[in-house]
Amino acid sequence: MKKNWIQTIYAIGLFIPCLILTGCSDIWNNPYPASESGKNILYNAFVERPKHLDPVQSYSSNEIQFTAQIYQPPLQYHFLKRPLTLIPQTASKMPTVSYLDSHGMELPADASDTDIAYSVYEITIKPDILYQPHPAFAQDNNGNLRYHTLTLQDIQALQKISDFEHTGTRELIADDFIYQIKRLAHPRLHSPIFGLMADYIVGLREYADTLRNQDKTQPGNSFLDLRDFPLSGVERVDDYTYRIRIQGKYPQFVYWLTMAFFAPVPWEVDHFFSQPGMAEKNFTLDWYPVGTGPYMLTENNPNQIMVLERNPNFKGEYYPDEGMPEDVTNGLLRDANKPLPFVDKIVFSREKESIPYWNKFLQGYYDASGISSDSFDQAVQITGQGEATITEEMEAQGIRLGTEVAPSTYYMGFNMLDPVVGGRTPAEKAAARKLRQAISITVNYEEFLTIFANGRGIAAQGPIPPGIEGYHEGETGINPIVYEWRNGEAQRKSIKRAQTLLAEAGYPGGISRKTGKPLVLYYDVTARGADDRSMLDWMRMQFQKLNIQLVIRSTDYNRFQDKIRKGNAQIFEWGWNADYPDPENFLFLLYGPQRKVDNSGENAANYDNAEYNRLFELMKNMEHGPQRIQIIDRMVAILREDAPWLWGYHPKIFALYHTWYQNVKPNRMAYNTIKYYRIDPELRDRKRHEWNAPVIWPIATGIVLLTIILLPAWITYRRKEQRRILQSE
Amino acid sequence: MLNYIIRRLLYAIPILVGVNLITFTLFFVVNTPDDMARMHLGTKHVTEEAIWKWKQEHGYNKPLLYDQAAHGIEKLTNTIFFEKSVSMFVFDFGRADDGRDIAHEIRSRMGPSLAIALPVFLLGLLVYITFALVMVFFRMTYVDFWGVVLCVVLMSISSLFYIIAGQFLVGKLWHLVPISGYSSGLDTLRFLLLPVIVGVISSAGANTRWYRTLFLEEINKEYVRTARAKGLSENIVLFRHVLRNAMIPILTGAVVVIPLLFLGGLITESFFGIPGLGSYTIDAIQSQDFAVVRAMVFLGSLLYISAQSPAGIVIFPTVDISKSIFQTKLNRETEHTRCAHFELNVKPQYAFQ
Repeated sequence: MKKNWIQTIYAIGLFIPCLILTGCSDIWNNPYPASESGKNILYNAFVERPKHLDPVQSYSSNEIQFTAQIYQPPLQYHFLKRPLTLIPQTASKMPTVSYLDSHGMELPADASDTDIAYSVYEITIKPDILYQPHPAFAQDNNGNLRYHTLTLQDIQALQKISDFEHTGTRELIADDFIYQIKRLAHPRLHSPIFGLMADYIVGLREYADTLRNQDKTQPGNSFLDLRDFPLSGVERVDDYTYRIRIQGKYPQFVYWLTMAFFAPVPWEVDHFFSQPGMAEKNFTLDWYPVGTGPYMLTENNPNQIMVLERNPNFKGEYYPDEGMPEDVTNGLLRDANKPLPFVDKIVFSREKESIPYWNKFLQGYYDASGISSDSFDQAVQITGQGEATITEEMEAQGIRLGTEVAPSTYYMGFNMLDPVVGGRTPAEKAAARKLRQAISITVNYEEFLTIFANGRGIAAQGPIPPGIEGYHEGETGINPIVYEWRNGEAQRKSIKRAQTLLAEAGYPGGISRKTGKPLVLYYDVTARGADDRSMLDWMRMQFQKLNIQLVIRSTDYNRFQDKIRKGNAQIFEWGWNADYPDPENFLFLLYGPQRKVDNSGENAANYDNAEYNRLFELMKNMEHGPQRIQIIDRMVAILREDAPWLWGYHPKIFALYHTWYQNVKPNRMAYNTIKYYRIDPELRDRKRHEWNAPVIWPIATGIVLLTIILLPAWITYRRKEQRRILQSE
Repeated sequence: MLNYIIRRLLYAIPILVGVNLITFTLFFVVNTPDDMARMHLGTKHVTEEAIWKWKQEHGYNKPLLYDQAAHGIEKLTNTIFFEKSVSMFVFDFGRADDGRDIAHEIRSRMGPSLAIALPVFLLGLLVYITFALVMVFFRMTYVDFWGVVLCVVLMSISSLFYIIAGQFLVGKLWHLVPISGYSSGLDTLRFLLLPVIVGVISSAGANTRWYRTLFLEEINKEYVRTARAKGLSENIVLFRHVLRNAMIPILTGAVVVIPLLFLGGLITESFFGIPGLGSYTIDAIQSQDFAVVRAMVFLGSLLYISAQSPAGIVIFPTVDISKSIFQTKLNRETEHTRCAHFELNVKPQYAFQ
């Protein structure tokens, strides 16, 4: 009996794996249900779970990759044109801007900045745009909203939003955009751009106070109907037109109109989710976004999978019919004028580790992939001319490589409030400038990119990355403090030049002329693992070239931020990803009034140059054009001379795409591009079968080996069991 | 007995308060409420006003442990520590700092964690015991020698290696199972097979050697000699007598481990894309979500205390009952063996007479 029991356990142990394997389709390692095979689905991955899907709160890229497919702000970036160009999305045309003086009288378009008290953006939206089907719009036979007077018991029975039996929709109107702008000031929401927008949108700050006071008079989390509280800076003209009034002149405001912060949110949805008991079930707008975009979120399990499916009510948007000349040769205009979107469903699987992600991409289970440093050599080879191309192995699989310099910059900043690297008196400041210039020449970012980033980046010549107005290619674009133009390329100046500058700064040979002691500088970095030690050692060696001792002060991110805020760091590293493709978004990082210390701005170096500040104020309100570029050039020249940053590098993004993945053109600013992508599911299915046939022999070999090992032992055991106790008998 | 259980339950309260206090102190030594607010509000355009608003909304605008300005008992109660701790003792974990319900998260993540941890635990027990018994059975032979060598080799390799090697060989080269992922229903089994096998193998070396030692200790005892003398087969001696006696330390170890199964495995879940509890705490620490950290530490402490004390009877009845069944059966068995021993000792005497 006992023996049978034990045998049963072993039998089950052997049977289950066999059952699992034999129960699969002809591809055993397919992580997706067999029913999805051959369907028009895009497979993607996400690393970090999104924190917020509410359009008033979502800001980081891991959130926007979802919200950008669901919500439709008034504007968007053209998919193919470069430099990036704004075009209407839900707007019927580009917004018209008019300028008013302090009395509200309209000014001519060429009025001076000082006369302009307000800018008014008038936005007209397209008619007949419908929201995705949602229970918040569902109506009963009498035309009343069906699910807006739910009891706790009603809600208790529901587990997910699809459990609501009825859904409805309605047309997008201008009030929905106004409602969302008001939500920026909602006392229970934390919009990351509220502080910024309160400086621009007329009355927004006061509006937040009004709502806060009203909220205090209401019970708990009850519905705060924003329609009852007018916002002076926003005006409804008619069902399809609204106006936003901005303080002064702020031409960059149009870029914000491409972001979900300015997408429409209907009051019905806000009311629906505000009902008591909804939040306890995670029924919130933060969890279940509702929009007019090409896709709607149908499965939200941020620990495992997020699924977007085609919004059946989406219509009226077509693939662009014009682009750049190379787009024709790259086949990016083959789908011109075809209705969007092409893909029916997007499955985002959570993949926290890069190794499984990479392997699944190679097996065809993800349609695109980035390249981690572990797999770089397997994927990319650098030609003799320094050009990155795909390896033969990848090419055999039909994988394509796409590269793009990101609108980002990683820099090493000097704290200008520090007496050594910033200086206090004019003489000290002049000496400190030479010290910074010497270090700028010495720290070789070309070498850094080769060693630590597989060449994925370009050494920066200033704060503005390629693709942004004010960036210049070639000789005119080099930083003359650090580089010189030789043999048709920028060459870093010699270390001798740096040593000369260092001596002029008062540190000949790295020894202070005043104290006779070696120059010691302090480099603040966030806590690093063992892997980054070599990077820090390399940095130490760079300073060592000038005989400067670099002390690494490693700390956690909180303390690091604290030091920067208080101005306690001396040298630090930081980076910036652009909000929008305008030089203002980079140059403001060194604008005096944006200083971290005192002003809590984004100017971490606390750089403050009166001439630069003046030019910045002039430039930021100017229209694009040669005059503006001229001013930008002057500003960049000042920065290069002052060297408040080591300009570091602009990272280059490498991405790989399978052959069945079409219409891909990298764009680091726009996230709503999935609607343009096309998949060939039949080709993908064929390739998956080709690449993933199960290999059975290792199982058979394992069983045979185990038998060979255990058989002699078993035979010995049987002999021992059958052996008589008394051999002599 | 009831008094004893009640007393132990009452002991648990100061322990939990202490654990909570230590967690709280350690967390806030590293992160201030301002840091938490900054982390949640993002790195761009964060104003002091937004930080203040966030703290107020999440209840982090009060003193940490002691409110100098308050009066009477409010000096202690009007603090972040008190307000955030009290609710946990009635299992109200509240909301994560991103607004999502922690209890809902724990409920939904516990299943996937157990789906890996429980098979690894049970299958592991089966495999390690079998492997150890085989080595004991063939002790002093090549099977035993090479078995121990294999165990030492298995012990010497990092668990991360098993995961990467398993994914590489089984998933990538042989295409037998998905490399990572998770599903629902029976389809989940395909995703669980590799992590379970990897989990079992990665702990095989140490556990098998430990069980082998236990069995070897038992096999030299008198009752085993007696059982053999009765003419029982080696199979029955090992599985009925030695295994049962060795199960006491094995089960004692298992009881300690079982509550921790709920908390999942960090690396395994991360690499295999299992949406379990293992990574929940680490994600929370990284995002400075104190609400989740304290809930998970509290839950972990509670499970551990429960399993370690008679209060575990309330929460883990099956384990304790099974242990007591084993103990009872073992007592009977030992009694039986003792009788046989006595008979064996006596019978020859009769024979001599």
